[in-house]
Amino acid sequence: MFGQANVLAAGQAAFPPSVDDFYLPAIVPWGAENAPWFTKFTLMIWLAVGVLIIFFLATYRNPKLVPTKKQWFAESIYGFVRNNISVDMIGHQGVRFAPYFTTLFCFLLLTNAFAIIPFFQISPNSHIAFPAILAVISYVLFNYIGIRHHGFGKYFKHALIPPAPWYILPLLIPIEAFSTFIIRPFSLAVRLFANMFAGHMLLLVFTLGGFAMLNANAWLAPVSVVSWVMTVALTLLEALVIVLQAYVFTVLSASYIQGALAEEH
Amino acid sequence: MLFLLAAEGGESDHNPIIPIWQEIVVGTVAFAVLCFVLMKFVFPRMEQTFQARVDAIEGGIKRAEAAQAEANQLLEQYRAQLAEARTDAAKIRDDARADAEGIRQDILAKAREESDRVIQAGKDALAAERATIVRELRAEVGTIAVDLASKIVGESLADEARRKGTVDRFLSGLESTGAR
Repeated sequence: MFGQANVLAAGQAAFPPSVDDFYLPAIVPWGAENAPWFTKFTLMIWLAVGVLIIFFLATYRNPKLVPTKKQWFAESIYGFVRNNISVDMIGHQGVRFAPYFTTLFCFLLLTNAFAIIPFFQISPNSHIAFPAILAVISYVLFNYIGIRHHGFGKYFKHALIPPAPWYILPLLIPIEAFSTFIIRPFSLAVRLFANMFAGHMLLLVFTLGGFAMLNANAWLAPVSVVSWVMTVALTLLEALVIVLQAYVFTVLSASYIQGALAEEH
Repeated sequence: MLFLLAAEGGESDHNPIIPIWQEIVVGTVAFAVLCFVLMKFVFPRMEQTFQARVDAIEGGIKRAEAAQAEANQLLEQYRAQLAEARTDAAKIRDDARADAEGIRQDILAKAREESDRVIQAGKDALAAERATIVRELRAEVGTIAVDLASKIVGESLADEARRKGTVDRFLSGLESTGAR
């Protein structure tokens, strides 16, 4: 925030913020444009992966029947996703998918959380590449599970033909096909991306807006303060969105798999 | 967003809904590594721990149930044994009582028999004695009568005093015979 303030004071950051604010110069090579291999975004991804691996391996290095506090914490994360998402959505078969959903949920939660962690303050998920990967995995996963469970023909028949009178089917089948096989992965990815993108954009608008007003006219300082207070409030809202979007992404993936495994509509 | 881009006057060459392919590669690799480590080394062990915990609890319950069942069985066994012992004891007491009664009856019968026998023997002895005495007396009385008659006949009745003495001697002789 202060870095941006300095940048702003130096007259480098323009108001209003634009899409370009999401495309930062690379870290390696330092300051290069259009060199996305090693940027703040990829660094955050690796950091999230590293933190999660270290956290879980450290807490579960030596599991005990009567857990320690750390072990209990790690177990309750897994237990939450396992019982409240996998088993609740899919039933007893859901236990199979709990490891993936927990990995997904933790990864989403941490990468989303970078949006409000000081000095990071932008989520990697505001670049659509990362949500898109996860959405594609969910898409492939639920189709694969469905085909393996029902067989290829039966799965598509099951997925495309709802139990409806024959004369409405010509209308329903394209809708079902569109919603299941095209909208689902797209909406998964875009929902997460847009939430993170918009959240960051909002914070930028209110933060930079405060500086812009201050620079334009010193008499607007009280309004700038209001703008920054709004930034704090929106950061709290962002915290909610972070958790909610991680949860929604995981629950929807679970729901798609449940739909693929379901015997009837 | 396209509108925003348009409003920016096309100065941005970034389109936020077009993914950057390098980021897709990095994200895929990073997430694959995360999935591999967590899904291979962490969550299955958690599942095992959960299972071990369930087993521990269920095992404890099972052990408790087994112990309870064993205790119940032992209790039943003891009760059965106790009942059996009570029955035995009652039977033994009854037997003993019956035996005692039998013995008492035997002893009584024997005693009665014995007393009857003793009484009978006494009676027989008495009867025999009496018969002997009567026989002896009879013989003695005859003898005495003969003696007396001869004495009376032999000695005349001259002297009253002498007669008196003879009678006295007879009587004392009779007495001494009776005393003997």
